[in-house]
Amino acid sequence: MSDPIGVEINDQDPMVVVQGIDKVFTLRHTRSIKEYVVKALKGHRADMTDSFKALADVSFSIKAGESVGLLGLNGSGKSTLLKLISGVMQPDSGKVRIRGLVAGLIEVGAGFHPDLTGRENVYLNGAILGMSQEEIDRKFDDIVAFSEIEKFIDTEVKFYSSGMFLRLAFSVATHSEPDIFLVDEILAVGDEPFQRKCLERIAELKRRGQTLVVVSHDTKRIQEICDRGILLDHGHMLLDGPIAQAVDRLHNPQ
Amino acid sequence: MERTAAVMRLHRPGHSRGLLDIPHWSFLLKLLVRKELRVRYRGSLLGMIWTYVKPAVQLIVYFLAMGKFFSMNDRVTNYIVYLFAGIVVVNVFNEVMRNTTASIVSNAPLVGKIYLPRELFPMASLWVAFVHFFPQVAVLLVATIFFGWRPGLLNIGAFLLGILLVATLALGLGLMFAAWNVIFRDAENIVELISMVAIWFSPVFYNADMVARALPDWLFFIYQCNPLTCAVELFHYAFWAPTTAVTSNPDLLGLPVGFGTFLAVAFALSLALLALGQLVFRRHEARFAEEL
Repeated sequence: MSDPIGVEINDQDPMVVVQGIDKVFTLRHTRSIKEYVVKALKGHRADMTDSFKALADVSFSIKAGESVGLLGLNGSGKSTLLKLISGVMQPDSGKVRIRGLVAGLIEVGAGFHPDLTGRENVYLNGAILGMSQEEIDRKFDDIVAFSEIEKFIDTEVKFYSSGMFLRLAFSVATHSEPDIFLVDEILAVGDEPFQRKCLERIAELKRRGQTLVVVSHDTKRIQEICDRGILLDHGHMLLDGPIAQAVDRLHNPQ
Repeated sequence: MERTAAVMRLHRPGHSRGLLDIPHWSFLLKLLVRKELRVRYRGSLLGMIWTYVKPAVQLIVYFLAMGKFFSMNDRVTNYIVYLFAGIVVVNVFNEVMRNTTASIVSNAPLVGKIYLPRELFPMASLWVAFVHFFPQVAVLLVATIFFGWRPGLLNIGAFLLGILLVATLALGLGLMFAAWNVIFRDAENIVELISMVAIWFSPVFYNADMVARALPDWLFFIYQCNPLTCAVELFHYAFWAPTTAVTSNPDLLGLPVGFGTFLAVAFALSLALLALGQLVFRRHEARFAEEL
């Protein structure tokens, strides 16, 4: 497979490699140097932090074109895993490797600014997701058409309803065409018709060979999108297999 | 961001070459600067006009207090030009420091959700400060022309060199404080303290001769190697030195004796601080998303 600009992609290499990663979060209770010094002097250094293990010895790899759903209850480490793949966070041990550009809906509209117009936000977000100016120029009409907010595109985003805001954010993200597309809890948002539209769009990306990693609590939807499921529980990987099996195990813990 | 061969091979996500990668992101940088300016002046009636009003008021107050009450006007020829040239440098230094220090924390939603070379945010702050700097220079130019400004190439060169020096210094310190500010919000207060002191430890209100008389030689040497002092002197040379009343008095001409040495030390120091700032920034960068 060769991508549009002609860089050869070696199909044998996986798109994502996660190898024996651990991630420990340290929660510091001190926010000022004063508190820090006082506690350090009193010999309460240990009181200043709490730590918990968000991920423990997780390993898997994802091939090009695979669609993987990350499943688990709240606090199981799904979102942390996405952040490690996107590079926002770094693992404490083990390694994460990716191939190509990674982007997606880690949180819908994280890069949106309420004081900018819809148009300006499309450009800002497109650039944040790694698109060039020409690319956004070229796709601009498609992005706006998909979001169905043509009339309000030059209105400041703070006047948008939450639905309009999400539609535009989703539209920009799905048009950014990364090599690895990460989706975190987007499927539960928006009204029913727009949800359908989102799912269709994701299905279309999938047909075109898009590598997908999806986090959602909506097990019905996730089964529509993903072929493979990885089940996490308190940071441990319980299962890596067909999505139906992973969903089944989530509903019926042993 | 392009799909270079390096990107298409297996690589570690979330690693960049720091400031060196910024040129690849020039489009996003431009949009971030525009966003910052828009946000700064939202709901403001005067908008960018504030960038003229603030230094103008500052200049009038300082000129009255220092020039008239403390009689600096009688001691330094064309004192108002001398004063303003210095103020402009200190203002841009302070603004870069303030903006960059807050840049990571104020972009927390982005830093915590999407990976971008994080140096983009301090860099955007640097540009915003310079957007505010150029109107001030324009006002300064009008004043200097009124006083018969006849610059040569050397004077223009001094202006550019001064900008480069103050930008390098402020960005280096700014990167450091931006990273520390994520961990301890006290960093913003330390920067305020530096800003408060900065204007007094550079020859903005007074001239270097007055310092020479008050300090022992070795301390005066350190004073003159302060990059901010050098930048202020470069601006004096660019804007104040080529005005009529100054050029007609040969005693006042030119830069302080030994300025070449001070400038070399100042540049070396600023570049070292920039390298150190980048190093500190990179060391803390991996933990930004967790700390915010």
